[in-house]
Amino acid sequence: MNAQIVLLLGQDGLTNGAIYALLALSIMLVFTVTRVLFIPQGEFAAFSALTMAGIQAGKPAALVWLLTAFAVCEALADLWAMHRRTGRIRLRALFFCKLAYPFALAALFSALPLAQLPMLVQALLTLALIVPMGPQIYRLFYQPIATASSLVLLIVSIALHLALLGLGLLAFGADGGRTTPFIDASPTLGNLRINGQAACVVLVSILLIVALYFFFGRTMYGKALRAVAYNRVGARLMGISPTFAGKVTFFFAALIGAVSGLLIAPMTTLYFDSGFLLGLKGFVGAIIGGLVSYPVAAVGSVLVGLIESFSSFYASSYKEIIVFTLIIPVLLWRSLKSRHVEEEEDGE
Amino acid sequence: MKSMKLTLAATAVAALFSLPAMAQVKIGVISSATGPTALVGIPQKNTVPLLPTKIGDLTVQYIAFDDGSDTTASVTDVKKLISEDHVDAIIGPTGTPNAMGVIQFVAEAGVPMLAPVGGADVVLPMTPQKKWVFKTTQNDDIIAKALVDQMTKTGIKTLGLIGLSDPFGENWFKVVNGLAAKAGIKIVATERFTRADTSVTGQALRILAANPQAVLVAAPGAASVLPEKTLVDQGYKGQFYQTHGAALPSFLKLGGKEVNGTILAASLMLVLPEIPDSNPSKAVAQKYIDAYKKLYNGQTPATFGANVYDAGLLLERAIPVAEKSGKPGTKEFRSALRDALEQTKDLVGTQGVYNMTPEDHSGFDERGRELITVKNGQWTLLK
Repeated sequence: MNAQIVLLLGQDGLTNGAIYALLALSIMLVFTVTRVLFIPQGEFAAFSALTMAGIQAGKPAALVWLLTAFAVCEALADLWAMHRRTGRIRLRALFFCKLAYPFALAALFSALPLAQLPMLVQALLTLALIVPMGPQIYRLFYQPIATASSLVLLIVSIALHLALLGLGLLAFGADGGRTTPFIDASPTLGNLRINGQAACVVLVSILLIVALYFFFGRTMYGKALRAVAYNRVGARLMGISPTFAGKVTFFFAALIGAVSGLLIAPMTTLYFDSGFLLGLKGFVGAIIGGLVSYPVAAVGSVLVGLIESFSSFYASSYKEIIVFTLIIPVLLWRSLKSRHVEEEEDGE
Repeated sequence: MKSMKLTLAATAVAALFSLPAMAQVKIGVISSATGPTALVGIPQKNTVPLLPTKIGDLTVQYIAFDDGSDTTASVTDVKKLISEDHVDAIIGPTGTPNAMGVIQFVAEAGVPMLAPVGGADVVLPMTPQKKWVFKTTQNDDIIAKALVDQMTKTGIKTLGLIGLSDPFGENWFKVVNGLAAKAGIKIVATERFTRADTSVTGQALRILAANPQAVLVAAPGAASVLPEKTLVDQGYKGQFYQTHGAALPSFLKLGGKEVNGTILAASLMLVLPEIPDSNPSKAVAQKYIDAYKKLYNGQTPATFGANVYDAGLLLERAIPVAEKSGKPGTKEFRSALRDALEQTKDLVGTQGVYNMTPEDHSGFDERGRELITVKNGQWTLLK
């Protein structure tokens, strides 16, 4: 073990930690605003990575039909809800836009020479495909039971995770995917070779975290979401729609998940089921932050990444055990430190 | 009147079903067509329609289940096949851990099982329970022997190992340690990783620090790519060896130019056009590949599917022998089927030639495996 190995391991741990931090943040965001423990968070990452790999291989994006199916179901659900509430159906432009979007996207996917596009366009296309699924998932699976207990929401999350896993296998097959790196350069600093892609991951993660910080600190929408997270009833009384808050939150969850998938895809082989473990490690980070403190969760996630990296060097057979055992002292410390507060289980 | 017609129709339908079935053999097939080992299980599931449907004057019915790569589900499926469908033999399951889990149940029920799994543990060491299990893949030691011989020939003295921390990897560690000690090759690093790992930098650095002349990666499927790519990225310049687990199109696709020069020992199916016609398996493998391609629009099958196809060939040979001792569906038939499978001699399969003995339920010799290398992104015979 010399200084160079320490630096390389540190770089590796930091890179993975940055991804876990992003996932931890969005898990916490979803939990605080909607009380949903969003198990399928990692699926967004795996799906976007595999979609990107598919685009680079020039294959038609298989998930377009899932987006279409979601959009059609959403439209039907909206019509039904409108009919039940007002007794008649009035269609607005937004309704048609939402319904037409996946078809337009599908046309775009089949018309464009996917493999030849510049990488930025490919990434944007991937995001355009994956991110709308966030709000759709909220609308279809969580909005109808928004007031149910956290346990019910958790069970729905698990069911959704399993369903998405199966759909992922159907759409992408069992083969793993890997994309070409955004940056191929590897500058050397002293005697340390910096992996360009790793630097890119850390940089984008920091940018995204800062952007989120400003969004929640400075903008009206961000403040509204924070208000919902603090006190759901109070926020509602102030005229903040919980449905809207849920949709926006899931939009961010899908966006963060998809971006982290794009970031990690060039560095490793991802499979249709890789998302779960990514999400789980982000979850460990979120637990370290007690599911409330964003900075602590971010630091915790980076810690998870570093511990993972160093334990893979010292004791590769016990790596996962070491990472997941970490959660026990954290939980002990958390439960000893904080007074036990009864969770408001029955919602509003 | 109407109700009478209905009754008549119902009776007719019932009569149709209760007709004494033609002499029929029932074979259960369990594959992991979904879940983490789907990559291996899908070609196996796809091979089921290519299995023989008529053996002698017996029709063969295949009852296929998907265990979702879950060991518990494999056990449930096996129990169901035995107690509800009364199968005469089972082909499957896909994974070594799954196969290990079901051995006791097939042995209790006395149903021969043809396991297309990689791990030699399912038939070695032979026990009264494993007597019922036959393995349609080459044992790891045959493949490993080829690799170690090649290392000795090219003067490699130090070796680094990196493999999955599952039965597949562990068995390889065991086998290679034994063979390397005999060949005078020193193993300077042994590292483990899991398939879901997003980074193996730590393990790669450890190997790099030990600086072996060659590295052997023991991982099935696409997982075999990551350690090799990471080591190349870290500037490792030595020779790479892979197991037959890497023998998949996705290895080439994901590996790109970095995996050129990798040496592996695997089934002749990968380099079939280069194999001389004198090799008896060539014709059989070609027939299988052609049939598979025809059925699945030109897709080439992975070797894993061929292992299931070979199970069909074994049954095709053994069932007529067993039929002399009892009717299909009876205990006598199943027991005779097991004995007949054990006595299989010189059966040419897609992967090599089977010669079963009471001690060796895999029955392969060196004829089925070839040393293969990657050249310009293609499998080529190592010369």
